[in-house]
Amino acid sequence: MSDAPSPSSPAPLPPADDPLRISLRTATILLLFTLAFTALMAGVYRATKPVLDATALDAKRRTIAEVLPADAYDNDLLADAITLPPTPELNLAEPTQIYRARKEGKPAALVLETAALDGYAGEIRLILAVRADGRLAAVRVVRHKETPGLGDYIDARKDKRKAHPWIAQFSGRSLGDPPPEQWRVKKDGGHFDQRTGATISARAVTQAIARTLAWVDAHAAALYALPVGQTFEEKTP
Amino acid sequence: MNTQLRLYRDIGHNALWKQNAILAQLLGLCPLLAVSSTMVNAVSLGMATILVMGMANSAVSLLRGFIPYEIRIPIFILIIAALVTVVDLLFNAYLHELYLVLGIFIPLIVTNCIVLARVEAFAAKNPVGPAAFDGVMMGIGFVWVIGLLGAIREFVGQGTLFSGIEMVIPGARALQILPQDYPGFLVAILPPGAFFVLGLMIAARNWIEWRANERAKERLLAQQQAAA
Repeated sequence: MSDAPSPSSPAPLPPADDPLRISLRTATILLLFTLAFTALMAGVYRATKPVLDATALDAKRRTIAEVLPADAYDNDLLADAITLPPTPELNLAEPTQIYRARKEGKPAALVLETAALDGYAGEIRLILAVRADGRLAAVRVVRHKETPGLGDYIDARKDKRKAHPWIAQFSGRSLGDPPPEQWRVKKDGGHFDQRTGATISARAVTQAIARTLAWVDAHAAALYALPVGQTFEEKTP
Repeated sequence: MNTQLRLYRDIGHNALWKQNAILAQLLGLCPLLAVSSTMVNAVSLGMATILVMGMANSAVSLLRGFIPYEIRIPIFILIIAALVTVVDLLFNAYLHELYLVLGIFIPLIVTNCIVLARVEAFAAKNPVGPAAFDGVMMGIGFVWVIGLLGAIREFVGQGTLFSGIEMVIPGARALQILPQDYPGFLVAILPPGAFFVLGLMIAARNWIEWRANERAKERLLAQQQAAA
């Protein structure tokens, strides 16, 4: 291998047959290449970092705007955040943020994440806004792996019926409307529609929403009262 | 000048058809099969691949005098990985919507054998002009195949073309070709569909080549007969 002629290798240094010398030179060249290209990556990273941060913030703002209309609150929503530690009731295995919307100083809505683990293909991640009266403002699927063209109608962006996406039927609902035992898909004797061929995805989302509404009902007062930036801790009774 | 022109023409012909990375060499199947469920996804990843191939071939060609033969492969991979990281960051920063769709596939360009193959087989032995041209043309050879594959799968699978175009060109809309209530053909969108369609495309290429050969033979035969 090493004696293969190559027009690209530079002329060997005087004691060219000294293996130590060759190894050292090769290692130095590799090191220099590594340094140069690491510097390139670091430079581009630093140059794009402000844009990346702005895009991430913008994406978050847009997602929230989908579940909570801007006229529902007048505070700086993204700043009024608290940290939610991993919460098994919501199927969240890592800390998440809860944003608190207020209007004229009074609680207006909570924006939080939740997840369903019983979808057809792994985790379905949801973001929802629950108004202070316990009604759901709206809910959106933010991440899922359901079958394309079959179960992915739970995601409003993939739903073919753009005018009436499936996920919109939950807007304005609460645990009293319909009553808790009706928080199922029609196939299971409940209130909510599912689409033919993909009941599992719909069932998982419906149940995750009901579970989250119940959790918010139980903790809303404490969640609104917590000082900004703190971590929510469930009071053990 | 003439030989120079012919060199470039040969590079182009090889990349687009004769030695097409996918149809003839069957390289880069992993991204090809993973991202071709819609045409827009396919072409977008293809564009990123063109960018990486052009940059990787140019960089290696420029640096080829400094790269010892024995450690060329690790250095090639270092260069390719660094350039892919740069493209990844730029996509994330300036084409964020598209990045959300292609995000996990862009790092896969590193593992796309086409890139390393062209760097090793061409860029390491040629001056920067032809090397850059070869990279871009090979990339275009990749794009037209993956784009066609994506278009066929999307059309058969969900009856549309250009779905998701609004991620690339805001305001543009997908074409609904088949009626809205077309039930869809799920297999075409799932991974096996990619294998079926790719198989048909390779068969079509082989058939076209075979027919061209037959015609050439007939012409030769006719000439010989006319001479006799």
